[in-house]
Amino acid sequence: MAERYAGYDVLGKRHTPSWNPKTREVIDARLAVYREPRFFTASEWRTLWALCERIVPQPKHRAPVPLPSYVDEKLQCRQLDGYRYASLPPQDEAWRRGLAALEAEAHSAHGAAFTALTSVQQDELLRRMQHGQLMGPAWQGMPCQLFFEHRVLPDITHAYYAHPTAWDEIGFGGPASPRGYVRMGLERRDPWEAPRAQAPGTQAPGSEAPRGEASRATTAPPQGSSQ
Amino acid sequence: MRQYADNELVDFAVVGTGAGGAPLIARLAESGFSVVGLDAGPYYRPLEDFASDEREQSKLYWLDERLVDGDNPIVMGGKNSGQAVGGSTVHFAMVSLRFRPEWFRSRSLLGYGADWPVDWREMWHYYGIAEQALGIAGPVHYPWGPWRPRYPYRAHELNGAAELLGRGAEALGMKWTPTPLATVSAPRAHAHGRSPPCVYRGFCRFGCSTNAKQSQLVTFIPRALAAGAEIRDLAMVGRIELGHDGRVAGVHYHREGRWRFQRARHVVVAGYAIETPRLLLASATDRHPHGLANSSDLVGRYLMTQSNQAVFGTMPQEVRWYKGPPSLAITEHWNYDDHKAFFGGYCWMAQGPLPVEWATIQTSARGLWGQPLRDAMEKYNYQVGLKMVGEMLPDERNRVTLADEKDQYGLRVARVTYAWGENDKALIQHALNQMQMSLEAVGAADIFRQEDDTNHLAGTARMGNDPATSVINPDGRSWDIPNLWVCDGSVFPTTGGVNPSLTITSLALRMADRIGALASRNEL
Repeated sequence: MAERYAGYDVLGKRHTPSWNPKTREVIDARLAVYREPRFFTASEWRTLWALCERIVPQPKHRAPVPLPSYVDEKLQCRQLDGYRYASLPPQDEAWRRGLAALEAEAHSAHGAAFTALTSVQQDELLRRMQHGQLMGPAWQGMPCQLFFEHRVLPDITHAYYAHPTAWDEIGFGGPASPRGYVRMGLERRDPWEAPRAQAPGTQAPGSEAPRGEASRATTAPPQGSSQ
Repeated sequence: MRQYADNELVDFAVVGTGAGGAPLIARLAESGFSVVGLDAGPYYRPLEDFASDEREQSKLYWLDERLVDGDNPIVMGGKNSGQAVGGSTVHFAMVSLRFRPEWFRSRSLLGYGADWPVDWREMWHYYGIAEQALGIAGPVHYPWGPWRPRYPYRAHELNGAAELLGRGAEALGMKWTPTPLATVSAPRAHAHGRSPPCVYRGFCRFGCSTNAKQSQLVTFIPRALAAGAEIRDLAMVGRIELGHDGRVAGVHYHREGRWRFQRARHVVVAGYAIETPRLLLASATDRHPHGLANSSDLVGRYLMTQSNQAVFGTMPQEVRWYKGPPSLAITEHWNYDDHKAFFGGYCWMAQGPLPVEWATIQTSARGLWGQPLRDAMEKYNYQVGLKMVGEMLPDERNRVTLADEKDQYGLRVARVTYAWGENDKALIQHALNQMQMSLEAVGAADIFRQEDDTNHLAGTARMGNDPATSVINPDGRSWDIPNLWVCDGSVFPTTGGVNPSLTITSLALRMADRIGALASRNEL
């Protein structure tokens, strides 16, 4: 897969005024995440790895960000969200039950473990989970759609987009204390920000369609209006 | 810092040190009262303790378990809670707006909600004091509402996202302005500390690591300490003690592994719209079996959040919205236009979500995962967005109750029940359509809507003139128990279409003056 911001490296700013000591400490700890499972069992761990590879597929040319390790850390260290849907059990119970249910659904649909399915089969199961269509007894009444929306997606994607590897991919400036930024306006960039995106063979995103073309067809012209 | 022993009878124990608690603590101490402010969270030192990192800084939120249910469960955590000295102002987006004057009498003048027992001109006076105290940076002329003095600091430079809000508003024939923000645009020095100008690092909603942000932590809390108040951090108040005389006697709080009791002549609850009713309900006794101050059965009811929907799109040019405060420009057009087919109003502001929050929007609003999620995220530097803050109407069925489940202190957790009404839904759709037109007008493509977000809280201990229909009297005192007070956003009868923090702080400043006036008449 082509790198949109090839050569940009947030970690390269570690010793610049963009990183204060606390930030260095926090990101060092993130990169040194404990790799082995402490919360999950060995079989849950295999399912979780397969799940993470479908939720955030990662390119083959680099080591993957160990997403299951961050999920394990969240559960082991009881990092809560500050709220819970009343129809979901506590996060540790939700994850155990959800992974077991995913395996049970794989067996009932394909007679094989989730980890043994093709990626197409895995995605199909996950889409059914997303749309509330998995109803097997292993869920024990936990709504699979809520589990997907409020446990699977946030716990895995937050781990990825809190990782410097993801910041490099999307061209995010990353830590910025105390230096911050000087050039604020449209199309302006400080020397310590990612260079302009250079997706090979494509234009900048958003220029696939003429400006505003798609929406103009369906909506009233942009004038002040009231009901 | 002056410190009081638990068995010392202090004049005021204030539970919570956020937008309501901190200014009240400071002003009471400056008036000569002995005051202890208790907060469940730590007393952070931003220069040493704050990283430039979304995940680490979630330590500023109230992350203890809470249950949410109802037709439209409220997402808690970062958007409406804080657990730190300074409360959620440590991580708020610094948007500091005045209510429209008519909102203080929305029932009489606009036909919905409930009237406040406070006159708008009195609030205008306290808004002015709050804006000076918080060093608000804003425009010379604010385009809406009655005259107000110029802001103490000049408006901040616009970032790309804010420029696009301005262009879109002008295309729609609407006024817009740089947003009044509680972060200084020039160096600030006063008797209790110094702040450098904002360096536009963009992590405002995750704590300001330079102290440019004028949170309670760097404004009223230092004032409170200088005036002799004690701030007791990491102190979780679990119950208010009722004495034999029918007055409250102090607070039971958990600190350093054990329960302690602070005696006080007056207790002020300032824990915001979840923790305030939770504490009042949890303090039930034989004489008050349904909770303290709850003879009206209104404690916990009329919970309000604000609609916080957004429209996002992709620009042909780089925006890089991660730079600078996230909401540098605003239009309040629809707060001041009454030709709408629904009650209430709303504003919208420019946006700058950082990667984790942006991923959350992609997964929750669009249901993206897998390669489509990665592809969408790679457009990060080209995104633009507008997000509303909209008024939701008070409904007594939206409420905070106690669940059976208990937290790490053995206290029953809050259950938060919420459903949008038909008026709320109509307002949201109107706003989404307007924001979409604004984005289309600036040439954004791939436009999508975030339909389900909410932000901020209010209600649950509403103030009023009638003990049958309110919990708190116009001075902030509970109707039922004369030395029990509430000073936070839970007293709001209605929530308006702007961010609530400046109104909470202004109410607290007013309440401090009311307490002073009552004391001088020996009516405290």
